[in-house]
Amino acid sequence: MSEKEPLFSPKNRKLIFNPLSKDNPITVQVLGICSALAVTVKMKPAFVMALSVMVVLASANVIVSLLRNTIPNRIRIIVQLVIIALLVILVDQVLKAYVYDVSKQLSVFVGLIITNCIIMGRLEAFALGNKPWPSFLDGIGNAAGYGLILMIVAFFRELFGSGSIFGFQIIPDVWYIKNGGFYENNGLMVLSPMALITVGIIIWVHRSKNRDLIEKK
Amino acid sequence: MDTNSNKYTFIYAALMVIIAAAILSSAAIVLKKPQQKNVEIEKKQNILTSVKKGLEANEADDKTAYIESEYSKYITTSYVVNSKGDKIDGDAFTVDLNKEQAKAVEERKLPVFECKDDDGSVKYVLPIRGKGLWGPIWGYIALENDMNTIFGANFDHKGETPGLGAEINQTWFSDPFAGKKIFNKQGVLVSIKVTKGGAAPGDIHAVDAISGGTITSDGVTAMISDCLATYENFLKNKNNEL
Repeated sequence: MSEKEPLFSPKNRKLIFNPLSKDNPITVQVLGICSALAVTVKMKPAFVMALSVMVVLASANVIVSLLRNTIPNRIRIIVQLVIIALLVILVDQVLKAYVYDVSKQLSVFVGLIITNCIIMGRLEAFALGNKPWPSFLDGIGNAAGYGLILMIVAFFRELFGSGSIFGFQIIPDVWYIKNGGFYENNGLMVLSPMALITVGIIIWVHRSKNRDLIEKK
Repeated sequence: MDTNSNKYTFIYAALMVIIAAAILSSAAIVLKKPQQKNVEIEKKQNILTSVKKGLEANEADDKTAYIESEYSKYITTSYVVNSKGDKIDGDAFTVDLNKEQAKAVEERKLPVFECKDDDGSVKYVLPIRGKGLWGPIWGYIALENDMNTIFGANFDHKGETPGLGAEINQTWFSDPFAGKKIFNKQGVLVSIKVTKGGAAPGDIHAVDAISGGTITSDGVTAMISDCLATYENFLKNKNNEL
């Protein structure tokens, strides 16, 4: 490279904004579905999960990218796993020490970040072949795309499943049948199958707006 | 350098593991103190919640200081009893229920916390622990000084399903325990049943279960009756004393 590329060149901007829609890790690449089902019952854990994934993915991308020329090819997956696990345990420990309430909310899900295939996928597909700065942006972008879908799914599941948004009651108490009203929370919304259906509907809407994503027969 | 040679691969893997281990163990050492403090404060808060004290912790400027001061104000005595109901040596606060429950009933240390309320009445807080669907569940039951009526209760869990079993730590689940009785009229320990489909109105030994959280609800029933059974002699002795 003769000339220095600006930090936010159009190519780099694409790395951040593409995963939000056209290259979304959940709705287009269909990665990280299992955690999307698990943490989206309420919005708050979904939000913290998205943030934690962002921290882990961006740092793992940078570290792998820095080490990319030294990693022995035959054990690269193990090296990536060790880096991811190391970061996840650190995040978990820090949460436990300084934001105990949040860490209790997330409980087992922080550990599940290790198995989130988006992280492995980005390390393999991007960080191993790119410089640290683009890798960092790629990590932020993909985690944001993941978080965006998480928040949308959690919004509908919490609204219809618990009648609240971010823990604040939205559906008035007097509407409920037990208080003499006509409304009842949808119990199916808090179960995982409904998350899958919600993700399915998001993919449907997304593809009908972006027809180029539809596979040709 | 040939990054694909066996020697390089071995050295790389060994170094990586050592560095990772060093980072993790230093993080664990540095963060251990604040983590233990958090656990301790949470335990104190749970004990206080079961006697309906320290409820403004989230509005307090300094949560830690608030909980500490409320705890020392209300929880005046704590001691350890055995299954015969006799006091034995030990610090009630540091008893690990998980370890105690692995022992035979006769050898268990059973912690009791006494809370002196503003009006001078004494409440007895008994810690309980059991199994939910995915992991341990635990809680605190506060009894009034008739050793029968529940004054308050509070539950928590490690990893129950959010929105379902995890709701046991919500007040709508624990509040109905207040006023229920654990002994029936004949003086037999019947405990509290968490009833699927809803407790019959006026049933003083049952509360509503959580829809979709049956296994956790059953776990709570089992936890309360198992743990109260070990305290049965203590409760009866105390009742005769008073």
